[in-house]
Amino acid sequence: MLLNSIQIDDTFAEAFNMRGTRVIITAQNHKWAYHAANAMTGFATSVIGCGVEAGIEREMTAEETPDGRPGVSILMFAMGSKVLMQQLETRMGQCILTCPTAAAFSGIASEDMISLGKHLRYFGDGYQTSKLIAGKRYWRIPVMDGEFLTEETTGMVRAIGGGNFLILATSQPAALAAAETAIDAMKKIPNVIMPFPGGVVRSGSKVGSKYKTMFASTNDAFCPTLKGVTNSELSPEIESVMEIVIDGLTFDDIALSMKAGIEAICALGPASGVKRISAGNYGGKLGPHLFKLHDILKGSAA
Amino acid sequence: MSALTFTLKAAPRQNINCSALTPDNLAGKTAAEIGSIRLTSGQHPLQAADVFEISGSDTQQLCFKNATAKLDHIGAGMTTGNISIEGDAGAYLGFGMKNGEILCTGNTAAFAASNMRGGLLTINGNTGDFLGAGSEGSRKGMLGGTVIVRGNAGDRAGDQMRRGLILIEGNAGDYCGSRMIAGTIGVLGDLGVYTAFNMHRGTLLLNKKPQLHVTMHDCGAHTLPFLNLLFKSFSKYNTRFSTLDSLRVQRFVGDSTYGGNGEILILSA
Repeated sequence: MLLNSIQIDDTFAEAFNMRGTRVIITAQNHKWAYHAANAMTGFATSVIGCGVEAGIEREMTAEETPDGRPGVSILMFAMGSKVLMQQLETRMGQCILTCPTAAAFSGIASEDMISLGKHLRYFGDGYQTSKLIAGKRYWRIPVMDGEFLTEETTGMVRAIGGGNFLILATSQPAALAAAETAIDAMKKIPNVIMPFPGGVVRSGSKVGSKYKTMFASTNDAFCPTLKGVTNSELSPEIESVMEIVIDGLTFDDIALSMKAGIEAICALGPASGVKRISAGNYGGKLGPHLFKLHDILKGSAA
Repeated sequence: MSALTFTLKAAPRQNINCSALTPDNLAGKTAAEIGSIRLTSGQHPLQAADVFEISGSDTQQLCFKNATAKLDHIGAGMTTGNISIEGDAGAYLGFGMKNGEILCTGNTAAFAASNMRGGLLTINGNTGDFLGAGSEGSRKGMLGGTVIVRGNAGDRAGDQMRRGLILIEGNAGDYCGSRMIAGTIGVLGDLGVYTAFNMHRGTLLLNKKPQLHVTMHDCGAHTLPFLNLLFKSFSKYNTRFSTLDSLRVQRFVGDSTYGGNGEILILSA
Protein backbone atom coordinates (compact mmCIF):
# COMPACT_ATOMS: atom_id res chain seq x y z
CA MET A 1 0.00 0.00 0.00
CA LEU A 2 1.26 3.47 -0.93
CA LEU A 3 0.08 6.64 0.74
CA ASN A 4 1.36 9.76 -1.00
CA SER A 5 4.17 7.61 -2.45
CA ILE A 6 5.23 6.37 1.01
CA GLN A 7 5.06 2.63 1.48
CA ILE A 8 2.84 1.32 4.26
CA ASP A 9 3.87 -2.22 5.19
CA ASP A 10 1.19 -4.89 5.37
CA THR A 11 1.92 -5.57 9.00
CA PHE A 12 0.51 -4.85 12.42
CA ALA A 13 1.40 -3.49 15.84
CA GLU A 14 0.86 -5.86 18.71
CA ALA A 15 -0.50 -4.43 21.95
CA PHE A 16 -1.28 -5.62 25.45
CA ASN A 17 -3.95 -5.23 28.08
CA MET A 18 -3.10 -2.69 30.72
CA ARG A 19 -4.76 -0.84 33.58
CA GLY A 20 -5.04 2.89 33.21
CA THR A 21 -6.15 5.97 35.06
CA ARG A 22 -6.51 9.67 34.40
CA VAL A 23 -5.58 12.40 36.87
CA ILE A 24 -6.29 16.09 36.48
CA ILE A 25 -3.58 18.34 37.89
CA THR A 26 -4.39 21.99 38.49
CA ALA A 27 -2.29 24.83 39.81
CA GLN A 28 -2.13 28.58 40.09
CA ASN A 29 -1.23 28.76 36.40
CA HIS A 30 -0.32 26.42 33.56
CA LYS A 31 3.37 26.86 34.27
CA TRP A 32 3.06 25.19 37.67
CA ALA A 33 0.51 22.66 36.48
CA TYR A 34 3.09 21.54 33.91
CA HIS A 35 5.85 21.47 36.52
CA ALA A 36 3.73 19.08 38.59
CA ALA A 37 2.56 17.02 35.63
CA ASN A 38 6.03 16.76 34.12
CA ALA A 39 7.40 15.52 37.42
CA MET A 40 4.56 13.04 37.82
CA THR A 41 5.01 11.64 34.33
CA GLY A 42 8.79 11.71 34.44
CA PHE A 43 10.70 8.42 34.29
CA ALA A 44 7.57 6.72 33.03
CA THR A 45 8.47 5.72 29.49
CA SER A 46 8.15 1.97 29.71
CA VAL A 47 6.74 -0.52 32.20
CA ILE A 48 9.91 -2.54 31.74
CA GLY A 49 11.98 -0.23 33.89
CA CYS A 50 9.63 2.42 35.24
CA GLY A 51 6.64 0.45 36.50
CA VAL A 52 4.22 2.71 34.67
CA GLU A 53 3.91 4.46 31.36
CA ALA A 54 2.58 7.96 31.79
CA GLY A 55 2.21 11.15 29.85
CA ILE A 56 0.36 14.41 29.59
CA GLU A 57 -2.82 13.90 27.62
CA ARG A 58 -3.74 17.54 27.12
CA GLU A 59 -3.90 21.01 28.59
CA MET A 60 -7.15 22.03 30.29
CA THR A 61 -8.62 25.51 30.65
CA ALA A 62 -9.75 26.83 34.01
CA GLU A 63 -13.36 26.33 32.94
CA GLU A 64 -12.77 22.62 32.37
CA THR A 65 -11.14 21.73 35.69
CA PRO A 66 -12.94 20.85 38.92
CA ASP A 67 -11.50 23.71 40.95
CA GLY A 68 -11.63 26.38 38.27
CA ARG A 69 -7.87 26.71 37.86
CA PRO A 70 -5.67 26.00 34.83
CA GLY A 71 -4.65 22.36 34.58
CA VAL A 72 -3.44 19.41 32.58
CA SER A 73 -4.73 15.86 32.37
CA ILE A 74 -2.40 12.92 32.82
CA LEU A 75 -2.86 9.34 31.71
CA MET A 76 -0.99 6.57 33.50
CA PHE A 77 -0.81 2.92 32.52
CA ALA A 78 0.59 -0.21 34.15
CA MET A 79 0.52 -3.92 33.48
CA GLY A 80 -1.50 -4.60 36.63
CA SER A 81 -3.69 -2.81 39.15
CA LYS A 82 -1.29 -3.30 42.04
CA VAL A 83 1.61 -1.59 40.30
CA LEU A 84 -0.62 1.20 39.06
CA MET A 85 -1.92 1.88 42.57
CA GLN A 86 1.55 1.82 44.08
CA GLN A 87 3.07 4.05 41.41
CA LEU A 88 0.18 6.51 41.52
CA GLU A 89 0.50 6.95 45.27
CA THR A 90 4.27 7.32 45.14
CA ARG A 91 4.17 9.84 42.33
CA MET A 92 1.32 11.78 43.97
CA GLY A 93 3.34 12.02 47.14
CA GLN A 94 6.64 13.01 45.57
CA CYS A 95 5.48 15.08 42.60
CA ILE A 96 2.08 16.64 43.30
CA LEU A 97 2.06 17.06 47.07
CA THR A 98 5.45 18.72 46.78
CA CYS A 99 4.67 21.03 43.87
CA PRO A 100 3.64 24.58 44.81
CA THR A 101 -0.10 25.30 44.40
CA ALA A 102 -0.79 21.95 42.70
CA ALA A 103 -4.01 20.02 43.31
CA ALA A 104 -5.10 16.62 41.99
CA PHE A 105 -8.50 15.35 40.91
CA SER A 106 -9.94 12.22 39.42
CA GLY A 107 -10.16 12.44 35.65
CA ILE A 108 -12.10 9.25 34.99
CA ALA A 109 -15.06 7.47 36.53
CA SER A 110 -15.06 3.73 37.05
CA GLU A 111 -16.44 1.04 39.29
CA ASP A 112 -12.84 0.38 40.31
CA MET A 113 -11.73 3.35 42.33
CA ILE A 114 -8.11 3.56 43.46
CA SER A 115 -6.42 5.78 45.96
CA LEU A 116 -5.37 9.22 44.79
CA GLY A 117 -5.00 11.16 48.04
CA LYS A 118 -6.59 8.62 50.34
CA HIS A 119 -3.37 7.64 52.06
CA LEU A 120 -1.51 10.85 51.35
CA ARG A 121 -3.81 12.53 53.81
CA TYR A 122 -1.79 11.19 56.71
CA PHE A 123 0.91 13.66 55.75
CA GLY A 124 -1.44 16.13 57.45
CA ASP A 125 -0.55 14.61 60.82
CA GLY A 126 -4.08 14.95 62.11
CA TYR A 127 -4.68 18.44 60.72
CA GLN A 128 -6.00 17.06 57.44
CA THR A 129 -9.63 17.82 56.67
CA SER A 130 -12.02 15.83 54.58
CA LYS A 131 -14.85 17.44 52.62
CA LEU A 132 -17.58 15.48 50.88
CA ILE A 133 -18.73 17.78 48.09
CA ALA A 134 -21.40 16.77 45.58
CA GLY A 135 -20.83 13.09 46.35
CA LYS A 136 -17.03 13.18 45.99
CA ARG A 137 -14.61 13.08 48.89
CA TYR A 138 -11.70 15.48 48.93
CA TRP A 139 -8.81 15.91 51.32
CA ARG A 140 -7.36 19.23 52.37
CA ILE A 141 -3.86 18.75 53.70
CA PRO A 142 -2.16 21.73 55.34
CA VAL A 143 1.21 22.41 53.70
CA MET A 144 3.62 25.31 53.85
CA ASP A 145 2.19 27.16 50.84
CA GLY A 146 -1.39 26.85 52.08
CA GLU A 147 -3.49 23.76 51.48
CA PHE A 148 -2.92 20.76 49.25
CA LEU A 149 -6.28 19.74 47.83
CA THR A 150 -6.76 16.27 46.40
CA GLU A 151 -9.66 14.04 45.56
CA GLU A 152 -9.66 10.83 47.60
CA THR A 153 -9.83 8.39 44.69
CA THR A 154 -9.71 8.16 40.94
CA GLY A 155 -11.06 5.56 38.55
CA MET A 156 -9.05 2.65 37.21
CA VAL A 157 -10.08 1.27 33.83
CA ARG A 158 -9.02 -1.48 31.47
CA ALA A 159 -6.77 -0.01 28.81
CA ILE A 160 -4.36 -0.99 26.03
CA GLY A 161 -0.64 -0.32 25.78
CA GLY A 162 1.89 -0.86 23.08
CA GLY A 163 0.27 0.39 19.91
CA ASN A 164 3.12 1.55 17.69
CA PHE A 165 4.46 2.31 14.27
CA LEU A 166 7.93 2.68 12.78
CA ILE A 167 9.15 5.52 10.58
CA LEU A 168 11.83 4.47 8.10
CA ALA A 169 13.71 7.36 6.53
CA THR A 170 16.80 8.16 4.52
CA SER A 171 18.45 10.11 7.33
CA GLN A 172 18.25 10.56 11.08
CA PRO A 173 17.09 14.21 10.86
CA ALA A 174 14.42 13.18 8.35
CA ALA A 175 13.14 10.35 10.56
CA LEU A 176 13.01 12.61 13.61
CA ALA A 177 11.33 15.50 11.81
CA ALA A 178 8.65 13.11 10.55
CA ALA A 179 8.21 11.70 14.05
CA GLU A 180 7.75 15.20 15.45
CA THR A 181 5.12 15.92 12.80
CA ALA A 182 3.29 12.73 13.77
CA ILE A 183 3.44 13.55 17.48
CA ASP A 184 2.00 17.02 16.88
CA ALA A 185 -0.98 15.43 15.11
CA MET A 186 -1.38 12.63 17.65
CA LYS A 187 -1.41 15.01 20.62
CA LYS A 188 -4.73 16.33 19.36
CA ILE A 189 -6.33 12.91 19.84
CA PRO A 190 -7.89 12.36 23.31
CA ASN A 191 -7.45 9.29 25.54
CA VAL A 192 -3.92 8.46 24.35
CA ILE A 193 -0.36 9.22 25.37
CA MET A 194 2.99 8.63 23.71
CA PRO A 195 5.10 7.89 26.78
CA PHE A 196 8.64 8.07 25.40
CA PRO A 197 10.82 11.21 25.35
CA GLY A 198 9.09 13.69 23.09
CA GLY A 199 6.75 10.85 22.19
CA VAL A 200 9.46 9.08 20.17
CA VAL A 201 11.61 6.02 20.90
CA ARG A 202 14.78 5.19 19.01
CA SER A 203 15.65 1.94 20.77
CA GLY A 204 12.97 -0.48 19.72
CA SER A 205 13.54 -3.95 21.12
CA LYS A 206 13.07 -7.57 20.19
CA VAL A 207 12.29 -10.36 22.63
CA GLY A 208 15.35 -12.23 23.92
CA SER A 209 19.10 -11.74 23.70
CA LYS A 210 22.34 -13.64 23.31
CA TYR A 211 22.97 -12.76 26.96
CA LYS A 212 21.10 -14.98 29.43
CA THR A 213 20.25 -12.11 31.80
CA MET A 214 18.58 -9.99 29.11
CA PHE A 215 14.99 -10.73 28.16
CA ALA A 216 14.90 -7.99 25.54
CA SER A 217 17.58 -6.51 23.33
CA THR A 218 18.05 -4.17 20.40
CA ASN A 219 15.79 -4.73 17.41
CA ASP A 220 18.70 -5.53 15.08
CA ALA A 221 16.46 -6.12 12.07
CA PHE A 222 15.65 -2.39 12.12
CA CYS A 223 19.13 -1.12 13.09
CA PRO A 224 20.54 0.66 10.01
CA THR A 225 24.18 0.14 10.99
CA LEU A 226 23.65 -3.65 10.97
CA LYS A 227 22.13 -3.86 7.50
CA GLY A 228 24.92 -6.08 6.18
CA VAL A 229 25.37 -8.42 9.13
CA THR A 230 21.88 -9.23 10.33
CA ASN A 231 18.62 -10.42 8.83
CA SER A 232 17.72 -6.81 8.14
CA GLU A 233 14.27 -5.41 7.40
CA LEU A 234 15.86 -2.32 5.90
CA SER A 235 16.50 -1.52 2.25
CA PRO A 236 19.79 0.14 1.34
CA GLU A 237 18.50 3.72 1.35
CA ILE A 238 17.12 3.55 4.93
CA GLU A 239 19.52 5.20 7.33
CA SER A 240 17.37 5.78 10.41
CA VAL A 241 14.23 4.36 12.07
CA MET A 242 12.10 5.99 14.76
CA GLU A 243 9.23 4.37 16.66
CA ILE A 244 6.17 5.94 18.20
CA VAL A 245 4.52 3.94 20.97
CA ILE A 246 0.93 4.67 22.00
CA ASP A 247 -0.99 3.75 25.14
CA GLY A 248 -4.70 4.46 25.16
CA LEU A 249 -7.95 3.82 26.94
CA THR A 250 -9.50 1.82 24.10
CA PHE A 251 -8.51 0.10 20.86
CA ASP A 252 -10.30 2.77 18.83
CA ASP A 253 -8.45 5.59 20.59
CA ILE A 254 -5.10 4.04 19.70
CA ALA A 255 -6.17 3.23 16.14
CA LEU A 256 -7.34 6.81 15.66
CA SER A 257 -4.08 8.25 16.94
CA MET A 258 -2.00 5.87 14.77
CA LYS A 259 -4.04 6.92 11.76
CA ALA A 260 -3.55 10.62 12.56
CA GLY A 261 0.20 10.15 13.02
CA ILE A 262 0.79 8.10 9.88
CA GLU A 263 -1.35 10.37 7.74
CA ALA A 264 0.49 13.44 9.02
CA ILE A 265 3.81 11.86 8.01
CA CYS A 266 2.56 10.78 4.61
CA ALA A 267 1.25 14.28 3.98
CA LEU A 268 4.88 15.39 4.04
CA GLY A 269 5.46 13.31 0.94
CA PRO A 270 8.54 11.35 -0.17
CA ALA A 271 10.63 14.52 -0.32
CA SER A 272 10.66 14.42 3.48
CA GLY A 273 12.99 11.44 3.29
CA VAL A 274 10.42 9.03 4.76
CA LYS A 275 10.25 5.90 2.63
CA ARG A 276 8.27 3.39 4.65
CA ILE A 277 5.94 3.02 7.63
CA SER A 278 6.05 -0.28 9.44
CA ALA A 279 5.09 -1.60 12.90
CA GLY A 280 6.55 -3.72 15.68
CA ASN A 281 5.09 -7.03 16.69
CA TYR A 282 5.95 -10.43 18.12
CA GLY A 283 4.34 -12.50 15.41
CA GLY A 284 0.90 -11.86 16.89
CA LYS A 285 1.36 -14.49 19.56
CA LEU A 286 1.96 -12.36 22.67
CA GLY A 287 -0.44 -9.45 22.58
CA PRO A 288 -4.21 -9.81 22.23
CA HIS A 289 -4.63 -6.57 20.25
CA LEU A 290 -3.41 -6.33 16.67
CA PHE A 291 -3.38 -2.93 14.98
CA LYS A 292 -3.18 -3.69 11.28
CA LEU A 293 -1.76 -0.65 9.51
CA HIS A 294 -3.74 -1.07 6.30
CA ASP A 295 -7.04 -1.51 8.14
CA ILE A 296 -6.33 1.49 10.37
CA LEU A 297 -5.61 3.73 7.41
CA LYS A 298 -8.75 2.55 5.64
CA GLY A 299 -10.65 3.36 8.83
CA SER A 300 -11.80 -0.23 9.15
CA ALA A 301 -9.73 -1.38 12.14
CA ALA A 302 -11.76 -2.81 14.98
CA MET B 1 -51.86 12.38 37.56
CA SER B 2 -52.22 15.18 40.06
CA ALA B 3 -50.32 15.33 43.33
CA LEU B 4 -51.80 13.35 46.17
CA THR B 5 -53.01 16.21 48.35
CA PHE B 6 -53.76 16.18 52.07
CA THR B 7 -55.74 19.26 53.01
CA LEU B 8 -56.08 19.74 56.75
CA LYS B 9 -59.78 19.86 57.66
CA ALA B 10 -59.38 21.74 60.93
CA ALA B 11 -56.45 22.96 62.94
CA PRO B 12 -55.61 20.11 65.31
CA ARG B 13 -55.22 20.84 69.01
CA GLN B 14 -52.70 18.09 69.55
CA ASN B 15 -49.70 17.16 67.45
CA ILE B 16 -50.21 14.46 64.84
CA ASN B 17 -47.49 12.08 63.76
CA CYS B 18 -47.61 12.07 59.95
CA SER B 19 -44.67 9.70 59.40
CA ALA B 20 -46.95 7.17 57.69
CA LEU B 21 -47.72 9.61 54.89
CA THR B 22 -44.65 9.33 52.68
CA PRO B 23 -44.31 8.39 49.00
CA ASP B 24 -42.73 5.10 50.10
CA ASN B 25 -45.64 4.10 52.31
CA LEU B 26 -48.37 5.26 49.98
CA ALA B 27 -47.08 3.74 46.75
CA GLY B 28 -49.60 1.32 45.26
CA LYS B 29 -52.35 2.10 47.78
CA THR B 30 -55.92 2.94 46.78
CA ALA B 31 -57.67 6.11 47.94
CA ALA B 32 -59.63 4.07 50.50
CA GLU B 33 -56.50 2.46 51.84
CA ILE B 34 -54.78 5.82 52.13
CA GLY B 35 -57.77 7.28 53.95
CA SER B 36 -57.72 4.47 56.46
CA ILE B 37 -54.04 4.79 57.32
CA ARG B 38 -53.62 5.14 61.06
CA LEU B 39 -51.99 8.26 62.40
CA THR B 40 -51.23 8.84 66.04
CA SER B 41 -52.01 11.94 67.98
CA GLY B 42 -50.93 11.44 71.54
CA GLN B 43 -52.91 8.42 72.71
CA HIS B 44 -55.68 8.95 70.20
CA PRO B 45 -55.66 6.76 67.13
CA LEU B 46 -56.81 8.59 64.05
CA GLN B 47 -57.31 7.75 60.42
CA ALA B 48 -55.85 9.93 57.71
CA ALA B 49 -59.31 10.66 56.34
CA ASP B 50 -60.39 11.97 59.76
CA VAL B 51 -57.76 14.66 59.60
CA PHE B 52 -57.33 15.43 55.92
CA GLU B 53 -59.41 15.96 52.82
CA ILE B 54 -57.58 13.66 50.43
CA SER B 55 -57.49 14.27 46.69
CA GLY B 56 -55.23 13.48 43.76
CA SER B 57 -53.53 10.21 43.06
CA ASP B 58 -49.79 10.61 42.41
CA THR B 59 -48.18 9.01 45.43
CA GLN B 60 -44.74 10.23 44.31
CA GLN B 61 -45.91 13.85 44.64
CA LEU B 62 -47.47 14.61 48.00
CA CYS B 63 -48.87 17.95 49.04
CA PHE B 64 -49.98 19.06 52.50
CA LYS B 65 -52.29 22.08 52.42
CA ASN B 66 -53.34 24.34 55.30
CA ALA B 67 -50.50 22.68 57.18
CA THR B 68 -49.74 23.80 60.72
CA ALA B 69 -46.97 23.28 63.27
CA LYS B 70 -49.01 20.42 64.75
CA LEU B 71 -48.08 18.09 61.88
CA ASP B 72 -44.96 16.27 63.05
CA HIS B 73 -42.63 13.83 61.33
CA ILE B 74 -43.66 14.74 57.79
CA GLY B 75 -41.45 12.86 55.31
CA ALA B 76 -39.84 10.73 58.00
CA GLY B 77 -37.60 8.05 56.51
CA MET B 78 -38.67 8.78 52.95
CA THR B 79 -36.43 7.39 50.21
CA THR B 80 -38.13 8.74 47.09
CA GLY B 81 -40.57 11.29 45.72
CA ASN B 82 -41.47 14.85 46.61
CA ILE B 83 -43.43 16.38 49.45
CA SER B 84 -44.53 19.98 49.41
CA ILE B 85 -46.00 21.58 52.51
CA GLU B 86 -48.11 24.67 52.03
CA GLY B 87 -48.00 26.27 55.44
CA ASP B 88 -46.03 25.34 58.51
CA ALA B 89 -44.67 21.98 59.57
CA GLY B 90 -44.22 20.56 63.03
CA ALA B 91 -41.22 18.94 64.62
CA TYR B 92 -39.00 16.34 62.98
CA LEU B 93 -39.70 17.42 59.42
CA GLY B 94 -37.69 15.05 57.18
CA PHE B 95 -36.65 12.95 60.18
CA GLY B 96 -34.17 10.33 58.94
CA MET B 97 -35.06 10.99 55.31
CA LYS B 98 -32.79 9.14 52.90
CA ASN B 99 -33.67 10.62 49.53
CA GLY B 100 -36.26 12.67 47.71
CA GLU B 101 -37.22 16.28 48.26
CA ILE B 102 -39.28 18.17 50.80
CA LEU B 103 -40.31 21.79 50.45
CA CYS B 104 -41.98 23.63 53.32
CA THR B 105 -43.28 27.06 52.37
CA GLY B 106 -43.76 28.18 55.96
CA ASN B 107 -41.96 27.69 59.25
CA THR B 108 -41.10 24.49 61.05
CA ALA B 109 -40.78 23.49 64.67
CA ALA B 110 -37.66 21.94 66.19
CA PHE B 111 -35.56 19.01 64.98
CA ALA B 112 -36.07 19.55 61.25
CA ALA B 113 -33.71 17.26 59.26
CA SER B 114 -32.86 15.38 62.44
CA ASN B 115 -31.02 12.14 61.63
CA MET B 116 -31.35 13.01 57.93
CA ARG B 117 -29.23 10.82 55.63
CA GLY B 118 -29.84 12.15 52.13
CA GLY B 119 -32.10 14.15 49.85
CA LEU B 120 -33.01 17.82 49.84
CA LEU B 121 -35.06 19.65 52.47
CA THR B 122 -35.97 23.26 51.79
CA ILE B 123 -37.65 25.47 54.36
CA ASN B 124 -38.77 28.84 53.03
CA GLY B 125 -39.55 30.22 56.46
CA ASN B 126 -37.85 29.86 59.82
CA THR B 127 -37.00 26.65 61.61
CA GLY B 128 -36.76 25.83 65.28
CA ASP B 129 -33.95 24.53 67.45
CA PHE B 130 -31.81 21.47 66.72
CA LEU B 131 -31.91 21.74 62.94
CA GLY B 132 -30.04 18.69 61.56
CA ALA B 133 -29.25 17.49 65.07
CA GLY B 134 -29.44 13.97 66.43
CA SER B 135 -32.70 12.84 67.99
CA GLU B 136 -32.89 12.10 71.69
CA GLY B 137 -30.35 9.48 72.68
CA SER B 138 -28.53 9.61 69.36
CA ARG B 139 -24.82 10.39 69.39
CA LYS B 140 -24.84 11.64 65.83
CA GLY B 141 -26.91 14.23 64.04
CA MET B 142 -27.51 14.61 60.35
CA LEU B 143 -25.62 11.98 58.31
CA GLY B 144 -26.02 13.39 54.82
CA GLY B 145 -28.19 15.35 52.44
CA THR B 146 -28.80 19.05 51.99
CA VAL B 147 -30.95 21.44 54.02
CA ILE B 148 -31.71 24.96 52.83
CA VAL B 149 -33.37 27.40 55.24
CA ARG B 150 -34.34 30.71 53.70
CA GLY B 151 -35.33 32.22 57.04
CA ASN B 152 -33.72 31.87 60.43
CA ALA B 153 -32.75 28.80 62.42
CA GLY B 154 -33.06 28.35 66.17
CA ASP B 155 -30.42 27.25 68.63
CA ARG B 156 -28.12 24.24 68.25
CA ALA B 157 -28.31 24.07 64.45
CA GLY B 158 -26.14 21.15 63.33
CA ASP B 159 -25.65 19.77 66.82
CA GLN B 160 -23.54 16.60 66.50
CA MET B 161 -23.88 16.83 62.73
CA ARG B 162 -21.87 14.04 61.07
CA ARG B 163 -22.11 14.74 57.33
CA GLY B 164 -24.06 16.80 54.82
CA LEU B 165 -24.79 20.42 54.08
CA ILE B 166 -26.95 22.98 55.90
CA LEU B 167 -27.39 26.38 54.30
CA ILE B 168 -29.11 29.04 56.40
CA GLU B 169 -29.77 32.27 54.53
CA GLY B 170 -31.00 34.11 57.62
CA ASN B 171 -29.73 34.09 61.18
CA ALA B 172 -28.81 31.17 63.42
CA GLY B 173 -29.28 31.04 67.17
CA ASP B 174 -26.91 30.10 69.94
CA TYR B 175 -24.60 27.08 69.86
CA CYS B 176 -24.60 26.83 66.06
CA GLY B 177 -22.45 23.83 65.07
CA SER B 178 -22.15 22.64 68.66
CA ARG B 179 -20.52 19.23 69.05
CA MET B 180 -20.29 19.09 65.27
CA ILE B 181 -18.45 15.98 64.00
CA ALA B 182 -18.20 16.80 60.28
CA GLY B 183 -20.12 18.35 57.43
CA THR B 184 -20.71 21.94 56.38
CA ILE B 185 -23.01 24.63 57.75
CA GLY B 186 -23.33 27.98 56.00
CA VAL B 187 -24.97 31.01 57.61
CA LEU B 188 -25.38 34.31 55.81
CA GLY B 189 -26.98 36.22 58.69
CA ASP B 190 -26.06 36.79 62.33
CA LEU B 191 -25.29 34.12 64.89
CA GLY B 192 -25.92 33.89 68.59
CA VAL B 193 -23.33 33.06 71.20
CA TYR B 194 -21.21 29.94 71.72
CA THR B 195 -20.89 29.22 68.02
CA ALA B 196 -18.98 25.94 67.41
CA PHE B 197 -19.10 25.02 71.09
CA ASN B 198 -17.26 21.71 71.50
CA MET B 199 -16.89 21.44 67.74
CA HIS B 200 -14.87 18.38 66.73
CA ARG B 201 -14.49 18.72 62.96
CA GLY B 202 -16.43 20.12 60.05
CA THR B 203 -16.82 23.57 58.54
CA LEU B 204 -18.88 26.61 59.48
CA LEU B 205 -18.99 29.02 56.56
CA LEU B 206 -20.15 32.37 57.87
CA ASN B 207 -20.79 35.72 56.29
CA LYS B 208 -20.25 37.64 59.52
CA LYS B 209 -17.87 36.97 62.36
CA PRO B 210 -19.83 35.99 65.43
CA GLN B 211 -18.69 36.47 68.99
CA LEU B 212 -16.31 33.53 69.45
CA HIS B 213 -15.11 32.00 72.67
CA VAL B 214 -11.37 31.88 73.36
CA THR B 215 -11.00 28.23 72.44
CA MET B 216 -11.63 29.06 68.78
CA HIS B 217 -8.25 30.14 67.45
CA ASP B 218 -7.61 32.69 64.73
CA CYS B 219 -5.45 31.08 62.00
CA GLY B 220 -5.37 34.13 59.75
CA ALA B 221 -6.73 35.10 56.35
CA HIS B 222 -6.32 32.66 53.48
CA THR B 223 -7.34 31.96 49.91
CA LEU B 224 -8.62 28.38 49.89
CA PRO B 225 -9.04 26.69 46.48
CA PHE B 226 -11.37 24.03 47.89
CA LEU B 227 -14.03 26.74 48.29
CA ASN B 228 -14.30 26.77 44.52
CA LEU B 229 -15.53 23.18 44.63
CA LEU B 230 -17.89 23.99 47.48
CA PHE B 231 -19.34 27.05 45.74
CA LYS B 232 -19.75 25.08 42.52
CA SER B 233 -21.79 22.51 44.46
CA PHE B 234 -24.07 25.30 45.73
CA SER B 235 -24.86 26.44 42.21
CA LYS B 236 -27.41 23.67 41.63
CA TYR B 237 -29.54 24.96 44.47
CA ASN B 238 -31.78 27.98 44.28
CA THR B 239 -30.19 29.83 47.17
CA ARG B 240 -28.28 33.02 47.87
CA PHE B 241 -25.27 30.84 48.64
CA SER B 242 -24.91 30.16 44.92
CA THR B 243 -23.77 33.76 44.42
CA LEU B 244 -20.70 33.32 46.63
CA ASP B 245 -17.42 33.51 44.76
CA SER B 246 -14.71 34.90 47.01
CA LEU B 247 -12.17 32.28 48.05
CA ARG B 248 -10.74 34.65 50.65
CA VAL B 249 -11.65 33.72 54.24
CA GLN B 250 -10.55 34.26 57.82
CA ARG B 251 -9.98 30.83 59.36
CA PHE B 252 -10.64 29.97 62.99
CA VAL B 253 -9.93 26.47 64.31
CA GLY B 254 -11.26 24.73 67.40
CA ASP B 255 -12.91 24.00 69.73
CA SER B 256 -9.62 23.36 71.55
CA THR B 257 -11.46 22.57 74.76
CA TYR B 258 -12.45 19.44 72.95
CA GLY B 259 -9.17 19.02 71.06
CA GLY B 260 -11.24 19.86 68.04
CA ASN B 261 -10.06 20.47 64.49
CA GLY B 262 -13.23 22.12 63.28
CA GLU B 263 -13.06 25.34 61.33
CA ILE B 264 -15.00 28.54 61.05
CA LEU B 265 -14.44 30.33 57.77
CA ILE B 266 -15.52 33.95 57.71
CA LEU B 267 -16.11 35.10 54.17
CA SER B 268 -14.43 38.34 53.17
CA ALA B 269 -16.66 41.03 51.74
